[in-house]
Amino acid sequence: MTALGRLFRTTAFKLALIFLIIFTIFAGSILGYVAFSARRLLEEQVNLTVNEEIKGLLSQFNTGGVLRLVRQIERRSHQPGSSLYLVTTAAGETLAGNISSVDSEGLLEAGSYQLYYRVVEEGEPRPHRAIVETVILPGGFRLLVGRDLDETDRFHTIILRAAGWSILLILALALMGGVFVARRVLSRVDHMTETTRTIMAGDLSGRLVVTGTNDELDRLAQSLNAMLDRIGELMAGLREVSDNIAHDLKTPLTRLRNSAEEALRVGGSSASYRDALEHTIEEADDLIKIFNALLMIARAEAGNVLEGMTTEDASEIARDVVELYEPFAEEAGIHLEIDAAETVPIHASRELIGQALANLIDNAIKYSSQNTMTDMDRSVVVSVRKEEKRVLLTVADRGPGIPDADMERVLERFVRLETSRTRAGSGLGLSLVAAVARLHGGTLKLEDHSPGLKAIISVPSIL
Amino acid sequence: MKILIVEDDVSASAYLDKAFREQGHVVDIASDGLDGYALASDGQYDAIIVDRMIPRMDGLSLIHGLREQKIDTPILILSALGQVDDRVKGLRAGADDYLAKPYSFSELLARVEILSRRGRSIPTENTLYRVSDLELNRLTRRVARSETEIDLQPREFRLLEYLMRHAGQVVTRTMLLENVWDYHFDPQTNVIDVHVSRLRAKIDKGFDNPLIHTVRGAGYTLRDSAR
Repeated sequence: MTALGRLFRTTAFKLALIFLIIFTIFAGSILGYVAFSARRLLEEQVNLTVNEEIKGLLSQFNTGGVLRLVRQIERRSHQPGSSLYLVTTAAGETLAGNISSVDSEGLLEAGSYQLYYRVVEEGEPRPHRAIVETVILPGGFRLLVGRDLDETDRFHTIILRAAGWSILLILALALMGGVFVARRVLSRVDHMTETTRTIMAGDLSGRLVVTGTNDELDRLAQSLNAMLDRIGELMAGLREVSDNIAHDLKTPLTRLRNSAEEALRVGGSSASYRDALEHTIEEADDLIKIFNALLMIARAEAGNVLEGMTTEDASEIARDVVELYEPFAEEAGIHLEIDAAETVPIHASRELIGQALANLIDNAIKYSSQNTMTDMDRSVVVSVRKEEKRVLLTVADRGPGIPDADMERVLERFVRLETSRTRAGSGLGLSLVAAVARLHGGTLKLEDHSPGLKAIISVPSIL
Repeated sequence: MKILIVEDDVSASAYLDKAFREQGHVVDIASDGLDGYALASDGQYDAIIVDRMIPRMDGLSLIHGLREQKIDTPILILSALGQVDDRVKGLRAGADDYLAKPYSFSELLARVEILSRRGRSIPTENTLYRVSDLELNRLTRRVARSETEIDLQPREFRLLEYLMRHAGQVVTRTMLLENVWDYHFDPQTNVIDVHVSRLRAKIDKGFDNPLIHTVRGAGYTLRDSAR
């Protein structure tokens, strides 16, 4: 496409053109009307003058007869810029006047009409137009008074020419304005297109230029930049996730492969093969768990709204999970308590909130039972509380807790503190809980329970 | 038991075919949805296992179509999609059970066996369950063994009720979690085992003839081992 073609295709240019056409039609009709009215007004004026003059001359004739009329006309017709005069006899013989040759047939009928005639100016005959009025006087005399329209015509021409020029000027200005605006817009849009191209080519760090005028293009650029920022974040997140997945799936996969290989290499009884195979299945099951947790987290992070959320009673969910874990806690020597009396409605998936609570309780029990000091308080308290517009589901233990410095970090995927590296678990538990909280429009917060840890799932309450 | 497996992955269906035959079941295989639909249409099977993503009519449409035709053969969906809402969609389409891939065969077997027997031999409206000298009355919620009343917590009652309804069959830990607690996630610890051992202490303690048995690598079963 040529540069001009592109220019004509821009919206700015098209708009300018449409306005231009409308404006021209408008201005044209106004100017035309003015010209037409002016001309009519002037001609009326001429008619009136001619009429008046005839009236005056008639009174001269009435008082002084044809001789006085002739004298009067001879006097008047020699004044400069005078009207046209002619007095003839009934036979058409000129008595006085400043018209030299007259087509007597047409001219000397009574009435008012336009007369086309020629005036010799600077040796050249030029066509002139006049308004004339003829009256027939008693005795067959004919009196013709006329007024040249040359001046009127010239005035009219001036008006028309002025109108023409101004329309031309408007056209030129509008065209130039249209081209200017269109080119300005076009150059900015071109710049945007260019930037987005380089971004599409893989350079995600590129950003559109914001001129600071806060016009629509600026706002568009700002939105696009915000979008790019978000995409960048997601990309970075994705890269991190895939790195982590690669790492944390490869580790158990390697273990799995090694143990299978070792069984094959060492050989031995069918019983030892059996053990190796069972071990392999266990490792595979662990992998599946990690994978499921990852899928859930990925889903939460993609911001997918979960289908099938219903109104649930947070207290009831908590009671159910506590009931599920109570025998297990007891066996571990932990006192698992629930503090949730009233009904607390939330918009949730019972399954997911249950799973999140189960994860937290599971953690709490494991870490509390790790604590070997006998005088320690070995209770885990699950509570459900409504606080203004939020519902807080809290699991608090008296275990070793988490050092302040690590509070943030443990919520990341796969992070397991060095102190717990040796224990079973994928390191996905807390990030899964956080993901569930996010899916419910809430958050997961960890607090020091001195001693111990307090994990709080905060979700919006209904009502 | 006659089972129809609708699965397009040849190695997966061959594995299932072999595994079910080893257990003494008869297996038909359909490799796409239309074939599966044609085979299942006369209602000759005890259970149907359907992969959710199969060519020529997906699993959910297949199930929907069968249910429209009033074919009420128990159906289990096998699917790689294992999130909560996927399960809900599957069950809403008319399936009776949903198992996410990858699964263990013992889990699948236990579920299919329970599905296939449902509606044939165990009237769920029975109010009295009896295994050996153990009795459970669903109306009065009374449990007794050898005429001695046993005091159970509500959840323990439901656990025993489920085990007795499927007496003689293997029930897995996930099945217990699903049916007694209505949770489908995988608890990281052996919470179910602790519940079962508590129940076992109440039911079997002091009796020579234990009724609750652990099935290695699969789950539990409640049966009269003396017979």
